[in-house]
Amino acid sequence: MALRTQSHEMGMHTEKLSGRTQQRFFSPSEEENFTYPGAHDVDFNKRAEFDADKLSTSEINLKLRDLMRQGYGTIVMRNPGAKHAIAVGILNKLNLQIEGSLGYFGCGLIDGPNIHIKGRVGWSCAENMLAGTIVIEKNAGSTFGAAIRGGDLVCKGDVGARVGIDQKGGTIIVGGRCGAFCGFMMQRGRMVILGDAGKNLGDSMYDGTIYVGGKIAGLGVDAVPGEMNELDCQWMERKLKLYGLKAPNGIKNMTKIVAGKQLWNYDNLEPSEKKLIL
Amino acid sequence: MCGIAGLIHRGKTGDIGTEMTAMLQSLKHRGPDSTGFALYGSPKGNTLVMRFKVAEQEDMKHGFKIHDQVKERKAEVDKRLKELGATIVQAENATEYAFRYTLDFGGDKKKLANYIEDIEGAEILSLGYGLELIKDLGDAADVSGQYHLKGFKGSHALGHTRMATESDVDIRSAHPYWAYPFADVSVVHNGQLTNYWTGRRNLERRGHRFMSNCDSELIAVYLADKMQQGAELKDAMTDSIDELDGVFTYLVATADSLGMAKDVMAAKPMVLYESDDFIGLASEEVAIRSVFPHEIDTFDPYEGEVRVWKR
Repeated sequence: MALRTQSHEMGMHTEKLSGRTQQRFFSPSEEENFTYPGAHDVDFNKRAEFDADKLSTSEINLKLRDLMRQGYGTIVMRNPGAKHAIAVGILNKLNLQIEGSLGYFGCGLIDGPNIHIKGRVGWSCAENMLAGTIVIEKNAGSTFGAAIRGGDLVCKGDVGARVGIDQKGGTIIVGGRCGAFCGFMMQRGRMVILGDAGKNLGDSMYDGTIYVGGKIAGLGVDAVPGEMNELDCQWMERKLKLYGLKAPNGIKNMTKIVAGKQLWNYDNLEPSEKKLIL
Repeated sequence: MCGIAGLIHRGKTGDIGTEMTAMLQSLKHRGPDSTGFALYGSPKGNTLVMRFKVAEQEDMKHGFKIHDQVKERKAEVDKRLKELGATIVQAENATEYAFRYTLDFGGDKKKLANYIEDIEGAEILSLGYGLELIKDLGDAADVSGQYHLKGFKGSHALGHTRMATESDVDIRSAHPYWAYPFADVSVVHNGQLTNYWTGRRNLERRGHRFMSNCDSELIAVYLADKMQQGAELKDAMTDSIDELDGVFTYLVATADSLGMAKDVMAAKPMVLYESDDFIGLASEEVAIRSVFPHEIDTFDPYEGEVRVWKR
């Protein structure tokens, strides 16, 4: 209730609501606020395996749901066969081991699971990921981690273009090289590319940080070099160690890219207020 | 959105008809309007294979006259081939309106193509020693079944599943495109060319013909023009990255090669599988996996990348 009062005092609720409001206010005392509808309470010690070879995308995702409903917290999926939209929308803790490759839109909209993929992933892996970890042993397609908001997304191989486009948080780590337009319109979070980066890196980024271990083909508009400091190095050392990765030329020799903040208006004015001034 | 696929067996042949059918069927969701195959069989000496049609599939549904017209047009094709000194070795009906001829012909292929395509409704889909280009409305299983493509032995192939966006749903606008007047050159494309009309007008002024209003045809004619001027396939493709405007990933095949090019924005997908004896490319990995069900290592070629493989 205190939060509610405070927000009203700050003038954040000037609208006149009639009828039933859909606004909900967070209360740490209510357990339901910590879980999503459809999230499952699973036990990591309960393990299940299944073969996805003959199953369709829907059948695979329903199978995962069914196993989680039964409380299985460790699931091994074999032979996904590069099918699309596998393991999406998982909103609870889970250890998911995928023995094979995924097609497009794998592991999107997840919040919490730890996913290990032994193969490759296609375009748009982990789109809108909120929390958890995804580790891919081989390569990944373009728009890897688009609009990711949290968690760690790691590809140990090479990745296509537009990695972390519209990234809003979390960490993306690429073990190899990546294509053009990575970090396009990035807003928050960190991106680590241990190999070479394509042209227009960080184009129109608002904020966030990009670290590159190899050569950069070219920076995008408003992406500028930053200065590597001790905190950057310590953070990266810890992260890379976590996933068994190393910077080829050493962490201290990595290039840091940040937003120049010249392209956009970084003030707090509302569009209507800007009109008055301009 | 369209789906494209290519494969090449290196140093051997395979059942490319069955393989390409499986690849394209798994890409059906990217384009259900039409499906096309460019299959490269084993050339038999100087015998030319000509695939052509004298009407659209849609035409056959309109009126009774079309059935007689198809016969008349085919008879006119036969007559004109004879006039040009071509001997029909074998004539096969693929459908009522599409045909496969093998020809003994040592003359000017461009002249032959122009003379045949002067007949109303006639279009040469391909003319080559190894290339056979088949395209029609429907998905891969439909077209493959209709034209009996399963069991087609050859070294390499291209394929396309089309979702029509800016031109008609007909055979004329379906891919692949034969790079007229070059024997054995074909192209499939996923994307959109924004300088189509400018490029088309330039090429028409240079004497090239366009059969459709589909922007993808520009790539085939563009490459044909470059090669006519003496450019190697890879050089022509590299030039195309700068000179073609828009978003595109395309595949091109010649008598002995298969190539891919991706625009500088890398906006259209392509997954590549490369081994010592087989190259597979497709808009989605699931297409390659229809030929290789076991785990394979694949990757995305990068923006502005051009690659060519020999069979």
